[in-house]
Amino acid sequence: MIKERMSGNEAVAYAMKQINPDVMPAFPITPSTELPQFVSSYIANGEMDTEFIPVESEHSAMSAAIGAEAAGARTMTATSSAGLALMWEMLYVAASNRLPIALALVNRALSGPLNINCEHSDSMGARDSGWIQIYAEDNQEAYDNFIQAYRIAEHKDVMLPIMICQDGFIISHGVQNIELLEDETVKKFVGEYEPAHYLLKKEEPMAVGPYAVSCYGMEAKRAQAQGMMNAKQVILDVALEYEKISGRKYGFYEGYCLEDAEYAIVAIGSVCGTTKDAIDALRAKGMKVGLLKVRVFRPFPGREFAEALKNCKAIAIMDRAESFSANGGPLAAELSAALFQAKSKAEVLKIMYGLNGRDFTVEDAEKLFDDLRDLAENGSQETEEYRYIGLRE
Amino acid sequence: MSQERAPFGSFKEIQERQERLAPGHRLCAGCGGTIAVRNVLKALHPGDKAVIGNATGCLEVSSFTYPYTAYEDSYIHNAFENAGATLSGVETAYHALKKKGKIADNYKFITFGGDGGTYDIGFQSLSGAMERGHDMVYVCYDNGAYMNTGIQRSSATPMYADTTTTPVGKNSNGKPQGRKDLAAIMAAHNIPYVGQTTFIGNMMDLYQKSEKAIYTEGPAFLNIMAPCPRGWRYESPEIINICKMAVETCYWPLFEVVEGKWSLSYRPKQKLPLEEFLKLQGRFKHLFKLGNEYLIEAFQAEVDRRWEELQNKCE
Repeated sequence: MIKERMSGNEAVAYAMKQINPDVMPAFPITPSTELPQFVSSYIANGEMDTEFIPVESEHSAMSAAIGAEAAGARTMTATSSAGLALMWEMLYVAASNRLPIALALVNRALSGPLNINCEHSDSMGARDSGWIQIYAEDNQEAYDNFIQAYRIAEHKDVMLPIMICQDGFIISHGVQNIELLEDETVKKFVGEYEPAHYLLKKEEPMAVGPYAVSCYGMEAKRAQAQGMMNAKQVILDVALEYEKISGRKYGFYEGYCLEDAEYAIVAIGSVCGTTKDAIDALRAKGMKVGLLKVRVFRPFPGREFAEALKNCKAIAIMDRAESFSANGGPLAAELSAALFQAKSKAEVLKIMYGLNGRDFTVEDAEKLFDDLRDLAENGSQETEEYRYIGLRE
Repeated sequence: MSQERAPFGSFKEIQERQERLAPGHRLCAGCGGTIAVRNVLKALHPGDKAVIGNATGCLEVSSFTYPYTAYEDSYIHNAFENAGATLSGVETAYHALKKKGKIADNYKFITFGGDGGTYDIGFQSLSGAMERGHDMVYVCYDNGAYMNTGIQRSSATPMYADTTTTPVGKNSNGKPQGRKDLAAIMAAHNIPYVGQTTFIGNMMDLYQKSEKAIYTEGPAFLNIMAPCPRGWRYESPEIINICKMAVETCYWPLFEVVEGKWSLSYRPKQKLPLEEFLKLQGRFKHLFKLGNEYLIEAFQAEVDRRWEELQNKCE
């Protein structure tokens, strides 16, 4: 165990160095730029032997990643915001070709207005592209998630690409204490990549990326969906194994003071740390409040989330991405559906917060818990389908 | 080692090589794209392994329709605009795995794109792949329009051609612009090999350029004029005559650029008037209407200008 102080980008780059994948095509974009920079330095100093491809765009980054992974190489890339948007078309191809590429995503707002700060609109926009999505609260989790990435993605029952997400600047550039694993431990945990089929396999030429007419295409989609369904168990199994080498426990979500909570906030990413502070303060005053921190968004463990929230009287579901549906954000929409399926009687507040890097404070969280209690006791007084927090007057 | 053999196989030896594009694909009779792929792949030395790339287009949808593939070698299609980037990923993976001792064989990397996927939507991806110096060949089978989607103009479409987005009408004489000179643009990337060819005689020009492109270390670009019977509107057997006239009129000169040195591969004994090429194709029919002589004159002037320019480069 190595104790260090690192930013989220440094931590993920360190995980990349320890895993030492075969190929990394990448293109710089704020705030993920440091990732290809760190990797390039590691390569220049002989600490990694990954082949880096300095592509001319993110579209080409994902295209080259698809080519490299199909050829039989363990492949990774990194991007943010518009970079992910430019990859969009290829994200679907990577997933449908069942290529377990790992992408380090540093979440940032999509334009416009042009804004470089944290938001989840990039990954939420790509939520239906067929990629596994795992989110982090801090640098430690970003590191831990990246080390688990290939074990999940490359599992024979999954074979899907994986996006390891961290909040732009708040995590990526915020320096915190971190515990790193020894190189050998990581190497042993991740293992060698031995794909069953690949372009450069001597005994078996193969063709990738067919044109499929309607009598075949739907079966391909169903098989791909099965991979995502299977990912649920694999994510839990890998987390259990990871706990053995790290002592840190992971699942679909983290419940913080959730078991007996009457009022819960459900959120993704760095905002969970802020919310935990508010919970500590309110619990000290005797208020039964808790947090469900979403770690895994794809596959979406709706049943498990609803089960964890079954004793709550009121729930605030927080989105850091507009979906412009006039119906709230993507997490609110999907979790509301899961709560309905589970016959939940809880009141639900759909919250939009933190867009374009707007702060969400401990006071905001405390106020939100008060509002949840009010909602449970007096019923909904909301005039709109969903509520913005932190807007200027 | 293939590199140690005589530079080119004999005509007979090449003809006897195994086909790497199997019959049974669904491309049209008289399709130039098929002729290009079949003959480029025949330039691979027997026993040499290759990964073939392909941009989306007629070729891809007709040669890899699930569950059938027409390719004897490994093959990857990704999307329309990224054949260059995709194959650069494959080629890089090859070096990474070779370095780690995971593969022992030698592979060649050849990708095919139509002019839509090469001159236009895939231009950036191609430029990036060439500039980065990947050891690969990008082959453009240039049929001068987006044929797969139904004959829309591209930047490779010749001036005045009748296409579905430059239709001839009361106020239109077809495509107003001339074609982009992609081979020159690729040469400006200072890559070791650029060749321009088409289907002439016994195809030896095509074989020789393909072999040079494949067996030159580093990036290479091959531009092959590959007529399309649907888009150019000719009877299938006419294709060879059209190619011959394209070369004899100097509309489509045969040349190569080796390490920055330009050279003509063929100089017509007597340069024929452009009409000899145009009159064979339905897409130029309107140019032969009474009163449109000035259009042919303008087109001829453009061909002459470009031919002069090319000869200057080749001196």
